[in-house]
Amino acid sequence: MQTRGKIKPGYTRSLDLKHGCVEMAHGGGGLAMAQLIDQLFMAAFDNKYLRQMNDQACFPVSSGRMVMSTDSHVITPLFFPGGDIGSLSINGTINDVVMSGAEPCYVAASFILEEGLLLADLKCIVESMAKASQNAGVTIVTGDTKVVEQGSGDGIFITTTGVGMVPAGINISVERARPGDKVLVSGTLGDHGIAIMSLREHLSFHASIQSDTASMHNLVSAMTAAVPDIHVLRDPTRGGVATTLNEIARQSAVGMMLYENKLPIHEQVSAACEFLGFDPLYVANEGILVAICAPEDAEQLLSVMQSHALGIHAEMIGEVIEDSHCFVQMETRFGGRRVVDWLSGEQLPRIC
Amino acid sequence: MKYIDEFRDSALARHIADNIASEAEPHRAYHLMEFCGGHTHAISRYGIVDLLPANVRMIHGPGCPVCILPVGRIEAAIRLAQIPRLILCCYGDMMRVPTAKGVNLLKIKASGADVRMIYSSADAVKIAQQNPARQVVFFAIGFETTTPPTAVAIQQAQVLGLKNFSVFCNHVLTPSAISHILQSPEVRELGLVSLDGFIGPAHVSTIIGSRPYEYFAEEFQKPVVIAGFEPLDVMQAILMLIRQLNQGRAVVENEFTRAVTRNGNVKAQFLVAEVFELRRAFEWRGLGLVPYSALKIKSCYAEFDAECRFQVPVLSIADNKACDCGAILRGVKRPQDCKIFGIVCTPDNPIGSCMVSSEGACAAHYSYGRFREAC
Repeated sequence: MQTRGKIKPGYTRSLDLKHGCVEMAHGGGGLAMAQLIDQLFMAAFDNKYLRQMNDQACFPVSSGRMVMSTDSHVITPLFFPGGDIGSLSINGTINDVVMSGAEPCYVAASFILEEGLLLADLKCIVESMAKASQNAGVTIVTGDTKVVEQGSGDGIFITTTGVGMVPAGINISVERARPGDKVLVSGTLGDHGIAIMSLREHLSFHASIQSDTASMHNLVSAMTAAVPDIHVLRDPTRGGVATTLNEIARQSAVGMMLYENKLPIHEQVSAACEFLGFDPLYVANEGILVAICAPEDAEQLLSVMQSHALGIHAEMIGEVIEDSHCFVQMETRFGGRRVVDWLSGEQLPRIC
Repeated sequence: MKYIDEFRDSALARHIADNIASEAEPHRAYHLMEFCGGHTHAISRYGIVDLLPANVRMIHGPGCPVCILPVGRIEAAIRLAQIPRLILCCYGDMMRVPTAKGVNLLKIKASGADVRMIYSSADAVKIAQQNPARQVVFFAIGFETTTPPTAVAIQQAQVLGLKNFSVFCNHVLTPSAISHILQSPEVRELGLVSLDGFIGPAHVSTIIGSRPYEYFAEEFQKPVVIAGFEPLDVMQAILMLIRQLNQGRAVVENEFTRAVTRNGNVKAQFLVAEVFELRRAFEWRGLGLVPYSALKIKSCYAEFDAECRFQVPVLSIADNKACDCGAILRGVKRPQDCKIFGIVCTPDNPIGSCMVSSEGACAAHYSYGRFREAC
């Protein structure tokens, strides 16, 4: 017998966020995918742009210059002291945006999930992204999800793209370092890299060091408010401070002279680097920046940095010099001099 | 950092530098060879050369374990790694050394071979336990420092009854290499290399003690000062060598008393003697065949010897003709004397082995010291 009236929606079992796993169907474009988006991503990122469920996000911007940056995030392990791949994927992209002096506005997030990833882990990661974007005052306006077969991914890969608006009067760019400029760093070197390495299964050492992953938008806005004419800003992630300074030196066609005794390095990071045969100058960071400014602005900039929570350990670590070879050099604590060269390949442990 | 910062103190360094400057006789040249790559690294990384007078010249010796391994052995390791389903374990630096064709372990890993970087020989044993259906070979290299851990791994594998673990042994011996350098015609007859004294190895000496150096201090009348790897250790050793040379003495002195005794680590020596025996000769890059300069696994442990278990080819492959690694390892040339140094041969594209490890003379000079040529 037929019943008339309202048709009941087809029953779908709720996502099992405690024990469930990512399945191929979650990327198949059907109901399972819609459910994942609704119950997980929408629930965490909810905002008016996402709610429109368009294939793109349409948002207003103020007039002026816009910056855009994109970054893919792959990391093992997914969760580490001080953060996880979720917070990292937001903070990393926001930091790339704000190193232009811009105010971050919107983020797009794209996920490649490996079949078998625990939904509970995915939920933690997504919630961590929501929290990080809230902290940074940005909205996640569009996204995408794909699922790959087990063995074809590393749990989860996240690509985020951020846009921001540069206030008038700010002109921060990597080719603006000039001889005489001062080089400042906002915090201790290598915390993120060592925190991650201490968790790798083949390395049996324990450190209480935490990743420094953080969004630096507030720090940068305080810095640009005090010194609008900052010449260069960069966040030294992979390859560490050494690689970043070499990039700046090459782009600006200058040399640099660093002072080893001014480098802020956490004692645990120094110790870990000692026995692993690493140099903290090349170890990755996720929550510090390198700033280069005119010598007359340097003291003021340093004090603004040091009075900010993310810049307590800020130091003036060197200066820009004239050098047609674009060498980054360092006066060692010991009293000698050496080159701080480009990293060659991956940093591999020495044998002796 | 405790026990580290004290040995990198700039005021003390300045004090020793002043003593070196006042005691080094101005009309005399001092040619001092630091044997170990660890010392080469410290000299370059801390800019020790800047603290020395011009007549005190440091010559980088062949004590970088990665640098002295001949191309033939690397090629053999690469062939081992290409055996289907075999897992080759090795220390980090070793993965980047190229063969004559520019292939290295990193490249064959990228093309599908299972090559794993390990920090300790015990990790290789663990990998063998975790993969009982696959052969696991530990590519063992290094001087006396890394030999005892390899011996432990082999004994451990025996206790565990592992049938899938073996060692491709390339362990070499320091004293025989130093003797070989001192006996070389370039030093003895041709006078191409002035060698006035040696900074003796740090970590190696913790195992073998200071006694083994006494023979060639006396026989060749060259002073030896065993020194730690910290920059102040190196500075103090240089001062001690200059004093011996000024006084016409040639004995073994120990600056590294906090870790080295005359007899060394007897337990480790015993362990090594249980598992290894001398090879009649072994090829060193730059030095050629050096008699009794390396170790092989004893026949009672043959089941753990990769050279017995697999058909490991015995290859003797010449270095790239343009590469001066050999002469640099013997102290005949400096890195910057090589015509491909810093041009074709850089840490990103190493042609010779000295450009690979940061302990290698060329890589150390390129990475830390090449601004000096620009001055």
